[in-house]
Amino acid sequence: MWTWFYKLGSPPHLYRLAGRLAPWLLWVSIALIAIATYGGLVLAPPDYQQGDGFRIIYVHAPSAWMSMSVYAVIAIASTIGLIWRMKLAFAVAAASAPVGASFTFLALVTGAIWGQPMWGTWWVWDARLTSELILLFIYFGYMGLRAAFNEVQKADRASAVLAIVGVVNLPIIHYSVVWWNTLHQASTVTKLDNPSISMDMLWPLLVMIMGFNLFYIAILATRVRSEVLGRERNARWIGGALNGLLPRSRVSA
Amino acid sequence: MIEFLEMGGYAKYVWSAFGLTLAILVANIVVAQQQFRSVRTRLAQRWANQQESSDQ
Repeated sequence: MWTWFYKLGSPPHLYRLAGRLAPWLLWVSIALIAIATYGGLVLAPPDYQQGDGFRIIYVHAPSAWMSMSVYAVIAIASTIGLIWRMKLAFAVAAASAPVGASFTFLALVTGAIWGQPMWGTWWVWDARLTSELILLFIYFGYMGLRAAFNEVQKADRASAVLAIVGVVNLPIIHYSVVWWNTLHQASTVTKLDNPSISMDMLWPLLVMIMGFNLFYIAILATRVRSEVLGRERNARWIGGALNGLLPRSRVSA
Repeated sequence: MIEFLEMGGYAKYVWSAFGLTLAILVANIVVAQQQFRSVRTRLAQRWANQQESSDQ
């Protein structure tokens, strides 16, 4: 167990492990997303109020879920990086940000597409929508701040502080539908004891959330490899990792 | 089939939401892999240059 944990902290080991896992994770996630799409668009019955329009939930809710859980990963990894000075934790945080931002964007736009037919408007400045928009801006701020530093260590520390401060936004997003009056409907699934949705509507949603999670991990694996390569560019093992790409015979002057 | 595509009158909303999702997922795959390839070729180039200069 501890050797496993220790190995995970070793850049060449993580680089190889991520490289081996990435394709599998990606294919399994694509399969899950395909199954969930079929379940959501074909097998699930239309909603008694929203008809077939409710099917947008199968892409909207999972992407909203990912927008927050990826942010949580960034904040936790940033904390670990700051406390234990673990370089790879920072690499995970940095590699997660673009994926999280894209899910946040997707949640906002699919929400607007859903809002138009159901509420009669693409956008309202209510608590849920506004706090989710702020989350997108926090993602942009995080990535912009990282890009502003030449030195990766400085970028790691400064952006980690930003990520940790930004965590206050997560409970605001989650409870916004409870704390404030809003157009946004209340939570459908997270009332685990008694979800307000029937099984044939629920399972594609859960499978889609699983698929999105695995998809994130698959993209994270590839992005972490890029991060590790950039950070370890002077390490000896890099030569071995790039073996296939190095010229076979070197021209000597 | 036509009925399925019409989505009970919500066709443009449902299909644009799912289409955008597909586009975002594909973009994530493409961008991540392109970034990885470009970092790798850049480092391989750098590595080769270093070895060349140490040979001299």
